[in-house]
Amino acid sequence: MYDLIVIGAGPAGMAAARRAADLGLTVLILDEQSRSGGQIYRDVERAALLRGEILGKDYTDGIDLARGLDHPGITHAASASVWQIEDGYRVYYTQNGAGKTAAAKRLLIATGALERPMPIPGWTLPGVMTAGAAQILLKQSGMVAERAVLAGAGPLLYLVAAQMVKAGAPPLALVETQTGGDFRRALKYLPGALRGWPYLMKGKDMLAALRRAGVPRHTGATGLRVEGGDRAEALVFNAGGRQHKIEARTVLLHHGVVPHIQAARSIGIPHRWNAQQQCFAPEHDETGRTAIDTVFIAGDGAGIGGAKAAAIAGRISALSIAQDLERITAADCRRESRPLQASLNRELAVRPFLDTAYPPYKEALSPDDATIVCRCEEVTAGDIRRYAGMGCLGPNQAKAFGRSGMGPCQGRYCGLTVTALLAAANGKTPDETGYYRIRPPIKPVTLGELAATAQRKGK
Amino acid sequence: MKPAFRNLTAPASSPGQMVAVTFDGQELTLVEGENLAAALLAAGVDTFRETPVSGAPRAPFCMMGACFDCLVEIDGTVRQACLATVTDGMNIRKPNGTSDV
Amino acid sequence: MESDYAIIGGGVVGLSIAWGLLKRGRSVTVLDGDDGSFRASRGNFGLVWVQSKGMNQPRYARWSQESAAAWADHAAELGDATGHDMGLRQDGGLTLFFSEDEMEKTVSDYETLKAKLDGNYPYEILGGNALRREEPHIGPSVIGAILHHQDGHTNPLRLLQSLAQDVRRLGGTVLTGKQITGVEKTDLFRLTCADGTEIRAAKTVLSAGLGAIDLGPKMGFKAPIRPQRGQVLITEKMPKIINRPSLIARQVDEGGIQIGATNEEVDFNDDVTQDGIAHLAADAVNAYPILGKVNLIRSWGALRILSPDGLPIYQESAAMPGAFLVTCHSGVTLSAAHARFLPDWLEGNANAPDLEVFSEARFS
Repeated sequence: MYDLIVIGAGPAGMAAARRAADLGLTVLILDEQSRSGGQIYRDVERAALLRGEILGKDYTDGIDLARGLDHPGITHAASASVWQIEDGYRVYYTQNGAGKTAAAKRLLIATGALERPMPIPGWTLPGVMTAGAAQILLKQSGMVAERAVLAGAGPLLYLVAAQMVKAGAPPLALVETQTGGDFRRALKYLPGALRGWPYLMKGKDMLAALRRAGVPRHTGATGLRVEGGDRAEALVFNAGGRQHKIEARTVLLHHGVVPHIQAARSIGIPHRWNAQQQCFAPEHDETGRTAIDTVFIAGDGAGIGGAKAAAIAGRISALSIAQDLERITAADCRRESRPLQASLNRELAVRPFLDTAYPPYKEALSPDDATIVCRCEEVTAGDIRRYAGMGCLGPNQAKAFGRSGMGPCQGRYCGLTVTALLAAANGKTPDETGYYRIRPPIKPVTLGELAATAQRKGK
Repeated sequence: MKPAFRNLTAPASSPGQMVAVTFDGQELTLVEGENLAAALLAAGVDTFRETPVSGAPRAPFCMMGACFDCLVEIDGTVRQACLATVTDGMNIRKPNGTSDV
Repeated sequence: MESDYAIIGGGVVGLSIAWGLLKRGRSVTVLDGDDGSFRASRGNFGLVWVQSKGMNQPRYARWSQESAAAWADHAAELGDATGHDMGLRQDGGLTLFFSEDEMEKTVSDYETLKAKLDGNYPYEILGGNALRREEPHIGPSVIGAILHHQDGHTNPLRLLQSLAQDVRRLGGTVLTGKQITGVEKTDLFRLTCADGTEIRAAKTVLSAGLGAIDLGPKMGFKAPIRPQRGQVLITEKMPKIINRPSLIARQVDEGGIQIGATNEEVDFNDDVTQDGIAHLAADAVNAYPILGKVNLIRSWGALRILSPDGLPIYQESAAMPGAFLVTCHSGVTLSAAHARFLPDWLEGNANAPDLEVFSEARFS
């Protein structure tokens, strides 16, 4: 029995594991990747040396967190896919083709974020990827897309574009969906955002770099669609009063990230709609504790705040867990948490501005009838609207009718869209409409691996 | 067709050994220990699988274990290529799950 | 709103009855729950099954046989109306055996039942080799099987969807998100819902699954039913590896292997447990070793609706004549009977099926 199991070795998980271990807790950190870092600091210990120049300081800064896992109190199980959590403390996972189990007094879910699904016509074609995927390929494998176009909204697009410029493969264009109106609406949040001024400065620098590199930018784009036969061949869109067609081998989509909630939902942690961030987020207190007393949640999986905020939140949770297990006093916990909480608030100060200036692309939140929303089962937006007409009030009924969310991704890339479509069709809120009931396995497991974990008993 | 991605470091200078694998019967030379999805993309593999629903081609979309579009069959079990690493002699196939047999 | 019938419960049972009544020209309003309701119609195993049913009550065996025999027409009619393939296959179903004793005992029970059914119980015994010719992927621990030719399976979700679609096409009114708070009868039934909706109807059918536990007594029924959890697994889509369904596994028409099911008395808890799914996986791999390398994609728990003897209940209320309780565990198997034969019973026609043995009188 460990003191703490952390699921996810990104910034929140790594920071929490180290702080907890320093306070004398025994920690098991489980992560799907072969090396620590999560998505934002993917493979940072290796890649920072190879191409830190291209990836920038915000990335290489993650190296300290990754190195922090080298501690006698921390067991890092890499390439471990968690398929089930039970009773608030027992975790079942697959590693190297074998089913395994571990238990701890406390559990920290640090499963991070996913790209917000961006269903546009053609988004299932090979050659269409998330902007995050392009970044992962660059970090982990030193691969850069040639003849790529970036489309959507948000600062990550600028960062990916700037990294591509540095890598010598500037994108063909940046096709942005946010409008001047969005920016004007965001201005009221600017004073608050100035507390997070370094972020704003970085954004300005990246845009300047893109201008210097001659990367064309289109804003207020609508009608985005990817054309192609067996793979992406072009991005078509309207901007500036006319239609554009950019021939491209790779189309990189991004319009924000959302909490990756499968693990939290699978154990029934309540979630609530966050209107500012346009996504569901798990309910938790300021230390990350959820409705299940032994389960904490930190980082982007608890609500989008970015890598630095995630690391701080991870440390705050670690302190609270250490107090639960009587390794520090309540007073010490408070003393150390207070400044962390203040820096966390500073990190989050820029969010309302960014969320308003770069809202999700409207047409992807409510796609045309013919657009596939469930990639696994190839269910269209029109199908979902039809199910609403047949009395489906929520996504579980729609799932039973049309199989959306039944495929291997378990609704990760259709859940928000299906909830939004049903809510709109039924005139209900996302909270009233609800979400898929997530059940184990949260990652596929072979029946052989699962069977091997069956406790023998007379039957 | 030419791969859609370029390697910033030449494979020859990479720390890993070059090893032979097969993808759907085709011989490929990949870097051992490299992420399988990335290595296949770099080798110019465009279509990783056809969907069991409509037969539509798919390839990696998220590269972080969430979308399942990079599914391939390795030694008889269907797995996410983006969570697998290249090993010597790996036998990779498009997953054979179909609904119409 | 006023109809000939108000049907409480929009699952497979309620919708099958509604469909049958609409076909006879009756006006029907169906009151259904919400996205979070316990729904056996969404969680079942999809068998259209005869063998082993009614071992102690031949009328139940016969009722299941009558329904199974009507299923082909049922599926075809629904399919023509909605454009959906019900995925019905009635090529027989298997009970797999892991010991000779177990198989001999079952054969002896089947022979007893067969005599009571005037010989209408077409099954055959398959030894290990014969079974493996039929099912090449059966493992060595299976020593044989009983193949019952009246068994089959369907796609239960497409059945549910087709019924929901066709009831509307036939002019039925389906109100969703409704919770019934009161049932009164004067000259008409008056049903009130939590949201203030009020429905009037000449007759009322209570087919609300576990919802009948609360509503039944208010309408003069005993409704002695209870939930029983079944956990079920489904794998990734596969090429054809299982030909005929068994209670252990079946291959659904979309390609996935469905593996069932636990029987657990855990009240209203429909969670999935690690112990439950691990044992299901172990049993399935034992029967079909090829499944060991196949990925589990989903699992769920659903609640069966069981009477004390496991048989359906068909009862008209003495306190509220014109109110009928219809509840059963096998809503999919009995869907054809409920759609095609039960309306005669509800209407009091001379050709009504004899359902006397299924009345609540047996629970005195």
